Amino acid sequence: MNPLKSLLLAAGAAAALISLTFGLEAFVSYQLATVCAYLCAVAGLTVLTGSGGQLSLGQAALMACGAYSYALCANALAEAGIEGPVLLLAPLAAAVLGAALLGLVIGCAAGRLHGPYLAGFTLALVVAIPAVTSTFSGLLGGDQGLWITVEKRPAALRGAVSNEQWQSWPAILCAVAVMVVLNNLLRGRFGRQLRAVRDNDAAASLSGVNVARTKIISFTVSAAAAGVGGGLLAYITQSASPGAYSLVLSLYLLMAAVIGGIGSLTGAVWGALIMVFLPHSINSLTADLPVSADMAQRLDGNLAIAVFGTILILVILLAPRGIQGLLSAAARKFRVTAPTAVPAPSTPPLQPQPQLSTTKGQP
Amino acid sequence: MTSSKYPVLAAAVTAALALGACGSSGGGDSAAAEDVPGVTDTTVTVGTHQPLTGPAASGYSSISPATKAYFDYVNDNGGVHGRTIEYSVKDDGYNPANTQSVVRELVLQDEVFAILGGLGTPPHSSVLDFLNDNEVPDLFVASGSPTWNQPEEYPYTYGFMQDYDTESKVLATYVQEEFPDATYCLFGQDDDFGADFKTGLEAALGSDGLASSQVYSTANTDVAAQISAMQAAGCEVNFLASINGFSAQAIGTAAKLGYFPKWAASSAGGDYNTLSSYLGENTDKLLEGFISANYLPAYSDEADEWTAKFKEINEEYNPGAPFDGNTIFGMSLGYLFVEALHEAGEDPTRESLLEALESGSVKGNGHVPLGFSADSHAGYTGGMITLVSGGVQSYTGTPYAVDGDSVSAYTEERAAMPENGIPQ
Amino acid sequence: MDRFLFLTVDGLARGAVLAAFALSLVIIWRAARIVNFAQGAMAVTTTYVAFTVTSATGSYWMGLASAVAAGLLLGAVVERTVMRFVGNTSPLNSVIAGLGLLLVIQAILGMIFGNGYRAMATPFSTSPISIGGISAVSPYDLFIFACIAVIVGGLALLFTKTSLGLRLRAAAFAPDLARLLGVRSSRMLTLGWALSSAVGALAALLIIPTELGLNPHAVDTVFVYAFTVAVVGGLDSAGGAVAGGLAVGVVLSWVSGYLGATLAPIAVLVLLLAVLLLRPAGLFSMTKERTV
Repeated sequence: MNPLKSLLLAAGAAAALISLTFGLEAFVSYQLATVCAYLCAVAGLTVLTGSGGQLSLGQAALMACGAYSYALCANALAEAGIEGPVLLLAPLAAAVLGAALLGLVIGCAAGRLHGPYLAGFTLALVVAIPAVTSTFSGLLGGDQGLWITVEKRPAALRGAVSNEQWQSWPAILCAVAVMVVLNNLLRGRFGRQLRAVRDNDAAASLSGVNVARTKIISFTVSAAAAGVGGGLLAYITQSASPGAYSLVLSLYLLMAAVIGGIGSLTGAVWGALIMVFLPHSINSLTADLPVSADMAQRLDGNLAIAVFGTILILVILLAPRGIQGLLSAAARKFRVTAPTAVPAPSTPPLQPQPQLSTTKGQP
Repeated sequence: MTSSKYPVLAAAVTAALALGACGSSGGGDSAAAEDVPGVTDTTVTVGTHQPLTGPAASGYSSISPATKAYFDYVNDNGGVHGRTIEYSVKDDGYNPANTQSVVRELVLQDEVFAILGGLGTPPHSSVLDFLNDNEVPDLFVASGSPTWNQPEEYPYTYGFMQDYDTESKVLATYVQEEFPDATYCLFGQDDDFGADFKTGLEAALGSDGLASSQVYSTANTDVAAQISAMQAAGCEVNFLASINGFSAQAIGTAAKLGYFPKWAASSAGGDYNTLSSYLGENTDKLLEGFISANYLPAYSDEADEWTAKFKEINEEYNPGAPFDGNTIFGMSLGYLFVEALHEAGEDPTRESLLEALESGSVKGNGHVPLGFSADSHAGYTGGMITLVSGGVQSYTGTPYAVDGDSVSAYTEERAAMPENGIPQ
Repeated sequence: MDRFLFLTVDGLARGAVLAAFALSLVIIWRAARIVNFAQGAMAVTTTYVAFTVTSATGSYWMGLASAVAAGLLLGAVVERTVMRFVGNTSPLNSVIAGLGLLLVIQAILGMIFGNGYRAMATPFSTSPISIGGISAVSPYDLFIFACIAVIVGGLALLFTKTSLGLRLRAAAFAPDLARLLGVRSSRMLTLGWALSSAVGALAALLIIPTELGLNPHAVDTVFVYAFTVAVVGGLDSAGGAVAGGLAVGVVLSWVSGYLGATLAPIAVLVLLLAVLLLRPAGLFSMTKERTV
């Protein structure tokens, strides 16, 4: 697909999603906005881990960096009396820059680490977030985090558009933009180099690919995407706090990427949708079970988590390539059995599964 | 005019309007004026966010069942002005990201009348702006942060607990009376809890009143380094601005080091029953003389009419659950809401509910007065000292009322319990 | 000087347990090339078994024995029912399966035992003995050191001196070749999981009484630090896990004692970064990380 076509497609998707919000309740609009925010982070992870083969548990830390950059910038602007689109766009730019910078630093420091060693390092990074916000509590607000002044919907739209609906629009636009940029990167020279490094870095190096540079760029790109996600979350929730960017979030982002199908960016969409809607619907389904009061207290919350965990395990056992892998396989089968059917043009080809560097050691 | 500020978005809006003109927004703003969210002819629906799962669940997951038990009891006795109270409890796992989602669900989708007793400073902070922007009564936040008392900025938010500053001054005053020449120290959490407590203690004891001030992080359960430093500094009375688990860890670690100072703990980390579950069989020995401060009826005091009533309700409506400080806390919070709802009139609105609170006519069941007025949204404004003796934690002396930096004895009697424990 | 000694010994005692837990991660890594994220939850499960047995019989040692037995069993069950069937399309899948198990196990424990903390008794006093006026080591600390020494020594003997150990190693390093030579690789894999889970069970049983108590989330932080420890030491190296554990324990204690507890996680991050910058595959990596 040529760039112009994909750009048109993206514009169409954004317009469709935005018009969709007019049919949604305010809370669902909010959920859609969070899906967009998580999508940015998951898509970043798909680039880094899926195409780049680098297992990172630090995506939450990069989102946090984006959220705090957004918060500091927005509050500084608000204090200076600036409002309007600048109060939305400048903090988002700050979020991207802040996270990309951190990603660059991590890439330089950890770029040559492999598999679980990188996972361990990024894990320690996420765990250190509350320590960082407590140490600099004057600036970062400690455990409570920061409240953020955000640009509200224009007065003209009040009454017609809920605040949640309004907030979902920048989220949709940003998410679509991130997907377009990442998609183009992965389809271009950088994507080919990245996959070459993942599959065989010695061979890639021999054929003239700068391995270290490619890895560092992939960290930076992935971090920038996470930064957009963090900035969006800061914007739609009006707050940034360490508790929201814990190790648990990192693990959920990774689960979303894998369950959705880490081989392609489309998988990230499924992953982000699942991350927001699955726990919510399980909670709703399990909330009204007819059980005794004592039993209800034991099951409260726990049952939903147990069901979520079971679904995770089942998906991994039954569909190891994630939802997108399942869909692609189904589509191929459909094409074989019904050759006359026109395949959907928007389905990207299945990319090879990542090969993390877990080659067996030497005896 | 405004739309010209957002050319891209405005274009998108136009496109969307053209495409999806049939859609209806259904946002809170366009609701009919006479409809009160969450109130029908027969029900009032309120919601809350609580840590039912995750690491924080151990200390707090028993609070909301107690509140619910009290509401069930009220409902079985005719409700409030003929309406039953529906209490929707959402699990947020003490994670602000989840809090933001479940509170929006309660407000936007379930359209609750009010949020009641949202638990925890970091989770609740994250929805403070949202609740006030949406003009949802945000009552009786279950946290000791002074954040909730900002009527100018957050007119819809009301506190409940004695705040950390008040509590630290009550404890400091008592300790100074009892142990005037002792060396005082602080063991505090590395967040606003510890910091506010330290500020309050230094206001009461003088800026050099603390010989040593140690902090811990919930990420590291080994506190030997801090406790040994307090031992080395010769600390004789140690204030604890810590949650129950870490109070127990501090006391247990000190005992291992053969160090037995006096302990004076915040109510957030001073519940005898909870501490004993951590300390195990040595509890009685370790906690003898343990000082804390509270303001609600004592669960060990069966002579207290409130305690007796709550215990009865707990047995009938919350069977199998232990009766402890969390039960009293949950039920007292429920009672305070029922009282406010009762005062809000036959046909309550969000406005009449807040007016009832600001008028000061809602008294609660504490030993000290509530701070509610037009220019204060502070919860209980003082505290009463509890001591552990022979394995029983009970009140001693008279309550203290705190006003700014002045701490004085509070001599007024607590309001009598209405018949059956339900406002009439 | 007293304080330095106190902090050091305190850190070593905690580090020893982190080392044991890290060792359990190393065993699985060597056997199956998997970082098992459910290891902490599995170890908590076995500690609940120990707690129940000790409460019923009154004997700590019965509890300890049942925890180890339950650990062996649980490890084997997890391998046979879940991990065996995780496809090898991507090593990420086993990570996700581990996370799924973690969620399921913690939720079930919460349903059965509730969220509250339960105090656990120790078989020996935790008060330090005074030696020459300096009190630092408690009998329980000595018990921990002894247990860790037994685990490390036992594993070393098993892997280097017995034919079972040889088969375990062969199955791990070259499963197909080993199978050709008559080693039942699949059985060895199950055995590796069982061993690892039992070591984790023992580590959790040792550390939980010194922490807040028994709770479904009791070893969440321990797992995180243990993973860090395993990475510092090198995931392929048992000796590295021990050295890494002691190093991380001591750093945590010193930083908490001299700089403030808040900074401890940052200090661990710095330590990890420093080690990995010098040796990208951990302190004690035997083999150079393969570049292909």
